This record gives sequence, C-alpha cells and structure tokens, in this order.
Amino acid sequence: MAYSDKVVDHYNNPRNVGSLDKKDPSVGTGLVGAPECGDVMKLQIRINPETQIIEDAKFKTFGCGSAIASSSLATEWLKGRSVDEALAIKNTSIVKELNLPPVKIHCSVLAEDAIKAAVRDYQQKQSAGEAKAEEVTVNA
Amino acid sequence: MALKLPIYMDYHATTPCDPRVFEAMRPYFTETFGNAASRNHQFGWEAEEAVENSRKQVADLIGASSKEIVFTSGATESDNLAIKGVADMYFERGDHIITAVTEHKAVLDSCKKLEKRGFKVTYLSVGTDGLIPPDDLRNAITDKTILVTIMMANNEIGVIQPIAEFGKICKERGVLFHTDATQAIGKIPFNVTELNVDLASFSAHKIYGPKGIGGLYVRRKNPRVVLVPMMDGGGHERGMRSGTLNVTGIVGLGKACELAKQEMPAENERVFGLREKLRKGIMDEIPDVYINGHSTERLPGNLNVSFAYVEGESLLMGINDIAVSSGSACTSASLEPSYVLKALGVGEELAHSSIRFGLGRFNTEEEVDYTIGRVNEAVNRLRELSPLWEMVQEGVDLSKVQWAGE
Repeated sequence: MAYSDKVVDHYNNPRNVGSLDKKDPSVGTGLVGAPECGDVMKLQIRINPETQIIEDAKFKTFGCGSAIASSSLATEWLKGRSVDEALAIKNTSIVKELNLPPVKIHCSVLAEDAIKAAVRDYQQKQSAGEAKAEEVTVNA
Repeated sequence: MALKLPIYMDYHATTPCDPRVFEAMRPYFTETFGNAASRNHQFGWEAEEAVENSRKQVADLIGASSKEIVFTSGATESDNLAIKGVADMYFERGDHIITAVTEHKAVLDSCKKLEKRGFKVTYLSVGTDGLIPPDDLRNAITDKTILVTIMMANNEIGVIQPIAEFGKICKERGVLFHTDATQAIGKIPFNVTELNVDLASFSAHKIYGPKGIGGLYVRRKNPRVVLVPMMDGGGHERGMRSGTLNVTGIVGLGKACELAKQEMPAENERVFGLREKLRKGIMDEIPDVYINGHSTERLPGNLNVSFAYVEGESLLMGINDIAVSSGSACTSASLEPSYVLKALGVGEELAHSSIRFGLGRFNTEEEVDYTIGRVNEAVNRLRELSPLWEMVQEGVDLSKVQWAGE
C-alpha cells in the first residue's frame, strides 16, 4: 500500500512525541485501543485551568504508520485550542487531512477517541479536585 | 561492491528468475516456438523434446520418474488438482480428508469447498513450534480417510514438518498422501521414495524460475494414483491437465530444478549462514524479540520474528528500503493477523509485531549487515514512540491492563 506524503511525513517526523505527568491535575490522559487489535494510542493534554486552553499535547502510539500519523496530527491540532474545540475535532477531518484510505479509517476513529478520553480524564480529575476542595472547606 | 537499494529479502513470496534460467528459456519464445502436441513437424518435435528434457530435470530433483510429473500453472493449481482430483476419484472409498490449520489457502480453501460438497475434513492443530506430532495424524486417520494433505515447509514461518513420518503412517494405513512442497522442493532435499509421498505440489517462481508454471508429482506405482482432471480438453499430461503446454515456462522450471539440484548443498550452507548472521545481529542487539516457529526445523533462509511492542506495518515503513513481509493485520485486507501465527498460540499482539525475512540466492553479506542496522534503528525509534514499551519499562504488566478497545 502506498502512503500519502502527509502520513509519511508524520511517520518520519512525528510531532509532540512524549509523555506528560499523568498525576498532574491539569493533565488529561487518554489511552485507547488494545495490543491484540494492533493499535494503542496514548494521548495527553495539559489544560490551563483558568483559560481552559490546551497548552501542551503529547502522544505515543503503537500501531501502523497511519495510526502514528493520526495521533501526531491530533496533538498538532489540539495545542492552543479550547476544550470545547478539542471535542469538536472529528475523525473525518483527520481522514481528509492525511488522505487515509478506507482500510485506515479506524486509525482516525481511534485518534478521536483518544482526544475524548483525554478530555474526560481531565474533567474527572477537576471534579474530583473540586470535591476534595469542598471537603476541605467544610472541615475547616 | 556498492549496496544496491532496495534490498529484496522476501524470497518466500517469489524469487527473481536466475539469469541462467532466463537464458535457457529465451529461444523458446521466438525460435523454437512450436506446440509440443504437434506431432507431424519439426517445430512440434523440438518443443516436445524440450518439454521432455525439462520433465526429466524436474523428476531427477525429486527422485521420481518423468512420467510422474504433470505440468500446471503453479502450486495453487497443483494443490487444487491433487485434493479435488483425489476426492472426485476416490469418494466411493471414503469421505474423509485430513489437513492442518497452518496450510496455504490453496489447500485450506480446496478442503472447504469439498466440505460444502459433503466431505468431512479434519484440521490438525500444531504445537507452539508449528510442528504436527505424528501421533496426532495417526490418531486422526479413520477407515473413511482417503487423503492426507500436509505441507512440507510453511510459507510464513518456514517450519519443516516430519513428512517422512507422515508418509510412513499413510502408507501403513493405505491412505494417499499429498504434500504442498512449494517452499521445499528445490530448497531442501526432497525424495518421493524416501518420503513416501504420493502427490507433491511445486512451483517454479519460488526456486528462481518464472511465474505461471509449476507441477504436480503423481505417483504411478505402489500405489498408482489416478486423478479426475479439473481441466477438460485435449487430454494433455496423461489426461490430468489439458491445455497447450507452456513450453517456455516448462523449460524454465526444468532449468531451475537442474540448478537447484547442483547447487543446493553449497547454497543452503551460504543462505543458512546469512540467516544466522541476521538472527544474531537482531536478537543479540534488541531485547524482547521472539522467533516464531521451531528454531532449527526450518528452511535455511527463513527468519520469522516478532518485535514486541512494535507494530509490524510501522516497522515495514521504517525499513522501507528492505522488502520483507509482516503477519500484521494492517498488511492484509482482512484486518486479521496471520492465521498461521495464531495457530502457534502466538498472542495476537505478537502476531501484529511479526516480520518475515526470506533470504535467498542473491542476498549478500553486505545486505544482511545493512538490514541489521536498519532494523535495530527502526525498532529502537518505534519503541520510543510506543506506549506499550513505556508501560513495560514502568513495570506495568500489559496482560493485566483493562484495554478500552477490547
């Protein structure tokens, strides 16, 4: 199968590879896929609690070139966006940008899932943090 | 000598035509172009002579007589002809066929088609090394069994089955024995008498001959095997395969067999040396690399390994100037990883991480050195990119993780 130039570019020069501290309350982590399926994506975002803007995004992916490219592209798109804008990213936009063939559409779906999972993780941490903060206030 | 890229290391898929084979074929395209079935002029006689010379070259390689060689379009046709031809000829004796789960699709799908027609098929499973214990075959044979079909060397993992033992069991029980020897004949010693084989499929393009030509060995004595043909027509090839003979292809197949016979001992030693160099160069340098299939009972040129925590297709992209293949789902249309690796009990995640290196006649030491360097570099880079590798380094047991995608 021939890969699009953009997939090859992301594969050769993946953007934002790495990890953020998953214990940091301002970091949301999404881990999606399964090794048996041949794709696992870990996507992390750091959100400024004041502005709700994504200030940093990192990824690591086990998967084919299209999966690596989809998650690399996702981190590029996430930086500087608000949480609501992040949730509005659709897999079809990734398919279009990377010229993914039909058999690789699942890679883009996984990237969208990873974004949603990372945001959900961040939001859960935030509400848990608020609950804790309230608890502290009551006790005082 | 300067290294020429890309490097071909996929000799189980196909092989280049040896220049000596090509030269032998050349005159039969334009000068000696006759129809081997034309009995009344020189053009036909010359073509027939070339065909019979090739038939002898093929027969000599496998210890058969010339009359036992039926030319076909390739091993897929040979497998179909052997299996369906036996079933159609001997169905009154019984309706049971035995094969193995790791066979080539040409065998498996032929068997499935017969199942739809009412035949019963037993699919023997294999051990984690890819081998079938002979007792499993012995126990599977019933008084209804008419055919056993088990490949000699596997196309993915290169594992060599104990065919001589299977042949002996079949002979004792009076069951016909077919072997798909596509990856074996011309690559490792093969003798129809020593192995007690009744039918054997082979192909020219796996042994440095042209594509589109192959053959089926059909035993003529003890027992005499008769097949119902699939192709009806002029009654060529003792009535078993009608159709004007592919004279150029047959000349190429014959020459390829002659060269294989002459050069096999030296070539195997050389190719095995390259394979071992590659194996050590990879496995000594990279941790968590696993060999798929038996470590020694395998073709000299085959190395099938899984690189844990790295997906196979992404690795192929990383070594894109080296032509190899992967058992990863992503490389197949079905999105299912290799059924052969699954049959060995290799976990699906490792099946996704497998690479098949197939070394052969024209590979060089320099190519192997280059490949080792490229593979090591790509695996290290992809592991830095792999969340699984990171988790394992952190001490996470991946088998205990509840994956979202499951």
